Amino acid sequence: MLSARNTREKTIRGLFFLIAFMSIFTLVLIFLFLVKEGVPIFEEVSIRDFVLGRYWYPTSEPPDFGIFPLILASLGVTVLAAAIAIPLGVMTAIYLAEIASRRFREIAKPAVELLASLPSVVIGFFGMVVVAPFLQETFNLATGLNLFNAALMLAFMSVPTICSISEDAIYSVPKELKEASLALGATRLETILRVILPASLSGISTAVILGMSRAIGETMVVLMVAGGAAMVPTSIFDPVRPLPASIAAEMAEAPFRGDHYHALFATGMVLFLFTFCFNLVADQVAHRYKQTGAATL
Amino acid sequence: MKKNLHRRGLFSLAAAFLLTVSSAATAAGNLGVNGSTTVLPIAQKVAEAYMKEMPELAISISGGGSGNGIKAIIDGTTDIAMSSRFIKDIEVKMAIEKGAYPVPFRVAYDCIIPVVHPGNSVKDLTLEQLKGIYQGAVRNWKDIGGPDRPIVVISRDTSSGTYEVWEEKVMKKEKVYPGALLQASSGAVAQAVSKNPNAVGYVGIGYLNRELKPVKVNGIEGTKTTTLDGSFPISRPLFMFTRGWPEGNTVKFINYLLDPQKGQKYVEEAGYVPLY
Repeated sequence: MLSARNTREKTIRGLFFLIAFMSIFTLVLIFLFLVKEGVPIFEEVSIRDFVLGRYWYPTSEPPDFGIFPLILASLGVTVLAAAIAIPLGVMTAIYLAEIASRRFREIAKPAVELLASLPSVVIGFFGMVVVAPFLQETFNLATGLNLFNAALMLAFMSVPTICSISEDAIYSVPKELKEASLALGATRLETILRVILPASLSGISTAVILGMSRAIGETMVVLMVAGGAAMVPTSIFDPVRPLPASIAAEMAEAPFRGDHYHALFATGMVLFLFTFCFNLVADQVAHRYKQTGAATL
Repeated sequence: MKKNLHRRGLFSLAAAFLLTVSSAATAAGNLGVNGSTTVLPIAQKVAEAYMKEMPELAISISGGGSGNGIKAIIDGTTDIAMSSRFIKDIEVKMAIEKGAYPVPFRVAYDCIIPVVHPGNSVKDLTLEQLKGIYQGAVRNWKDIGGPDRPIVVISRDTSSGTYEVWEEKVMKKEKVYPGALLQASSGAVAQAVSKNPNAVGYVGIGYLNRELKPVKVNGIEGTKTTTLDGSFPISRPLFMFTRGWPEGNTVKFINYLLDPQKGQKYVEEAGYVPLY
């Protein structure tokens, strides 16, 4: 009787292990594939020339495979999007969790989360036909398809992620912390800034980094609104060509297993490295500032 | 002995496989089309229509570039090669060495027209002016007889066939400057130009619409007529090559493609200029 139960336990455990293992295995396979298809390009150009090269002319004779402008474009777009989305997202989260009435929160939070379900192509289209002409006229620009437009659209996409996860973190700060702070005579603002925010820092950081890694990997929006010029931007209103846009636009026409094809996979490796670092940092931060109960503060 | 058996097993397996493949081929008929991605949309549309008439024929189309297509003809790995250029001397020589005689068929014309925003007063540009714009040397419309506004250069991705024509006919192998906005499709170029009064772009003749203003090149308007008589400078013929004079399914398909009432109709649908 006991042994039958044991076998069942073991089977179930094995099954769950297998399922958990599947996703890791898939990830490893994808990574291996990426490396296998990307590495051959470094027989043609050195890693240094690839990463720091200023010119991206993959089909010229002789070709130039320099992704430096693309890397700068991706970083520029992501940093600017972060600068817009973090204050918006976190402050909305604080408002919803601490200040808003319960009734308002119950309406507002699902509404914000609904924003996250907008398909990126819709946001891209919005940026292309509404925001681009508007920016162009308002700031008297040469083109509305530029870094700023892309950052704005990406911020728009990452606010829901940042807000929703931050709100959960803030909301789950133990009640006695807040009560103790108020009992000691702190004002509401002081309580929020000095007690609640530090206590939920781990959750908020995770939210920010997840939001940003969504922004840096986002393809459709940047393909549609960033402009697509592979040059080093000198202002936030210059058109740029972020890494995912370059991969998406060119992969279909790149000759199979040609240099261009390998170069695009190597670009994918660089992009993967970026999102990987983002997630690593998120993990670190989450561990370091982890709050376990009220005692550790 | 065991090893021998093993080998024999493999052999019979291979033979069985070959048999089924060849019998399938005789029963249904296969046609391989390989080559230029520029010609690919034509081949695809025509093949779809043709397969409806000949359901027992399986046409497989792949786009690996003109060079790959012609190489496949030389090696005999495909029936028809699509090419956006004429065969090169060296390729002809290689083919003859391998006992193949490539036969060209002109199937359509590609015509690329420079376009601006309808609000732009510029009507006519020379090839040199277009080259200057795309090299980043000319940056304001007033330098070429337009309003005092910056020029926003919109180009296609460097791996597209449309870009290839532009590079060959307008840029004369010079590079488009990095500040050009690269769009992933002709539709995206049309969209971007129609929304921006400063923009200049180029699209295949099939993409012209009311929101785009076509620009004459060297005083010549890009139309079906000027493409066919060769006077419009940014156009080129598109080809299909066969290995030797085509026979069987291959010649039937080529005849269908060249028929003004059948295949050529789809050429226009695919956004190219038909032969007649």
